[in-house]
Amino acid sequence: MINYILRRIIYAIPILIGVNIITFVLFFVVNTPDEMARMHLGQKHVTLEAIDKWKSERGYDKPVVWNTAADSMGKFTDTIFFNKSIRLFVFDFGQSDNGRDIGYDISQRMWPSLAITVPSLLLGLLAYISFALILAFFRATYIDIWGVVICVIMMSISSMFYIIGGQFVISKLLHLVPISGYDSGFEAIKFVALPVLVGLIGSIGSSTRWYRTIFLEEMHKDFVRTARAKGLSEKVVLFRHVLRNGLIPILTGVVVVLPMLFIGSLITESFFAIPGLGSYTINAIQSQDFSIVRSMVYLGSVLYIIGLILTDVSYTIADPRIRLE
Amino acid sequence: MPVIFITDALIFLLLVMVALFVGYSARHEHMRVPWRQVGERPLAMASAVVLLFYITIGLLDSIHFHPRLEGTGHVEIMYSIEILSALDVLTEKLQSQTEKTYSAPFATHAFSKEVISLPDGREVRDYPRLLYGGSHLVDTEQEFTMDVVLKTVTGIIIGIIIWCMLSIVILFLLSRNREEDLKSTMDSVINYQNKIPWHVILITLGILVVISSAIAWLSNYYHVLGTDKVGQDVLYQSLKSIRTGLLIGTLTTLVMLPFAIAMGIMAGYFHGWIDDVIQYIYTTLNSIPGVLLIAASILMLDVYMTNNADSFTSMEQRADMRLLFLCLILGIMSWTGLCRLLRGETMKLCEVDYVQAAQAFGVSHFTIMLRHVLPNVMHIVMISIVIDFSGLVLAEAVLAYINIGVDPSMSSWGNMINSARLEMAREPIVWWSLGAAFVFMLGLVLAANLFADAVRDAFDPRIRTTI
Repeated sequence: MINYILRRIIYAIPILIGVNIITFVLFFVVNTPDEMARMHLGQKHVTLEAIDKWKSERGYDKPVVWNTAADSMGKFTDTIFFNKSIRLFVFDFGQSDNGRDIGYDISQRMWPSLAITVPSLLLGLLAYISFALILAFFRATYIDIWGVVICVIMMSISSMFYIIGGQFVISKLLHLVPISGYDSGFEAIKFVALPVLVGLIGSIGSSTRWYRTIFLEEMHKDFVRTARAKGLSEKVVLFRHVLRNGLIPILTGVVVVLPMLFIGSLITESFFAIPGLGSYTINAIQSQDFSIVRSMVYLGSVLYIIGLILTDVSYTIADPRIRLE
Repeated sequence: MPVIFITDALIFLLLVMVALFVGYSARHEHMRVPWRQVGERPLAMASAVVLLFYITIGLLDSIHFHPRLEGTGHVEIMYSIEILSALDVLTEKLQSQTEKTYSAPFATHAFSKEVISLPDGREVRDYPRLLYGGSHLVDTEQEFTMDVVLKTVTGIIIGIIIWCMLSIVILFLLSRNREEDLKSTMDSVINYQNKIPWHVILITLGILVVISSAIAWLSNYYHVLGTDKVGQDVLYQSLKSIRTGLLIGTLTTLVMLPFAIAMGIMAGYFHGWIDDVIQYIYTTLNSIPGVLLIAASILMLDVYMTNNADSFTSMEQRADMRLLFLCLILGIMSWTGLCRLLRGETMKLCEVDYVQAAQAFGVSHFTIMLRHVLPNVMHIVMISIVIDFSGLVLAEAVLAYINIGVDPSMSSWGNMINSARLEMAREPIVWWSLGAAFVFMLGLVLAANLFADAVRDAFDPRIRTTI
């Protein structure tokens, strides 16, 4: 087991290098630092001095991959590639284009993100599994058919409408919670409630339908037929046999997204003005802060790979039939 | 003088490919059977009609040209620098009749008060009359309701006439195909005696035609869906957005399809280092969070475009490039899933007798992949195309919100939502842009989802065996 995990971590290294190279090419080769400076400082009336100053303040004035001017190791280390990309491997994110420490910002901003994503995930699982079980229990009746129709309609609506609608109905018409914002401590609950609810409703359609398919698949299996044949009640069959076996794919599907909870949801956070990593990223995109976007790309990839490894591990825990070698 | 944008060319290329595919399916039994199964599902056929309706509008909007300038006095024909599409010509009134700013659906007066100078010289603060919306009415309060009802009824009657003519044409073609007379075809449709639910198709068509003709008739006199901040008709914007939505949904797939198929089959067919390399590529691409990669690429495109501003001759061309680029990026993001599926399926197929036999006979690898593997993985390709479509249309709205979607000057539902969102705080609320985008998007995505379900049910062998 530990051997397996170690090997997976070693396999992850070339992938992270790949991610790094892709982002490096995107940010520094497709467009030179000169062009980025010009973009930031305004198009037409930029002096060369201003560009040089902008570049040297942010460390973009070095050669891209190979510094011929420096000595021995400096040829490699005193370059943009080393300073901006290689350092990401040790999670040294450096400074953003407006001079803030990205690592510190990330450590501060992940908590509000988690305050939204964790309750959304837990409550969501509870709700979707219950709905899916109900539909599976009433399979092929009108409840099931209409349930699926409602699911399809709900998943055909853009998430933007759920957010706008939620803000309008709950905050503007009913005045139940503030429309957006965030507060620390227990005060946060009233700010968190609406985003969580909206997130829950927004993905009810696709998740319920997907879980229903999983449960129905289990229901066609032999052990369920055996359970019914030996006279177990439908309730026992549903909860002990179908639910338990259906949970294996559901839980492993959840494990993949666990690390990504840190990143938060871009759209939700930005709409509800929650100071998490999602809105951090959006702000960076909108103010064209390349350093932050690059750091978040890297962080996201790391978390995704961790998610993949966790998934494989969780398979062995959830399903004793599977052994990793 | 016709203008062909790159996306126009691609969309017509796509049309040709669809036509070829239809021809291929019609000749092969293993494709014909599941398609017939799709054809027998009423909900799927109703969705197909709705989809066709959208596609027609989208295609009309993809025929671009420079309009000829009238009465310039020159001997040679002059062309305007403006670029119009066939849809613009049909909806010329909607496009040209712009108000000053917001007005509600069916409004005759502006949305906000203004200072109006009366004929006798006094000045009052009131809601001014709109320039075009309901401008034919003299006494708006008295005539309004009657006028709207009358115009709606007229529109509906015209719609019904058009529908009857269309139905007769369809029934006539059907009867010709079956080599029976028109009456017995009609009877069989009315009494639901067909495997293909023609009555559902005709009814859906009827509803669409009647609604759109009523709206078309009314839109001659009113702004049926209101106007937006700069006074442009919301109905016109919604119609123009259809092309954007369809392009994002289809071009993305078209762009990624060759890669996904080639890479997926190659990875599954040749084991060893080719498989390793391809797996490495798609795991790496997959591990980059999608939105961030799109954002990074669009940022870079922005930088590139601002630095090379002179290489684009018109706003439209610039917007078109951006749309194409967006499709490309979305395609790069989304081919990995299909590629993985194809790899797995190809690995399974390589163990099958006929592939082994072909290998034993010394058939070249390329021929085996093309003749024996590709046709047997086509169902996976098709299912993933139809399933991806609705997701891509929805994604466009989200991307527009983060400002990394299509060009802000291009009409798209995402841009409509994005600009309407800022007006939510107004009192009374400006809801119509949002509502229009909602209805048009829901129509397209819901139809696509329902159709995709039917296609998946018919083509997925796993489901086919359990039923």
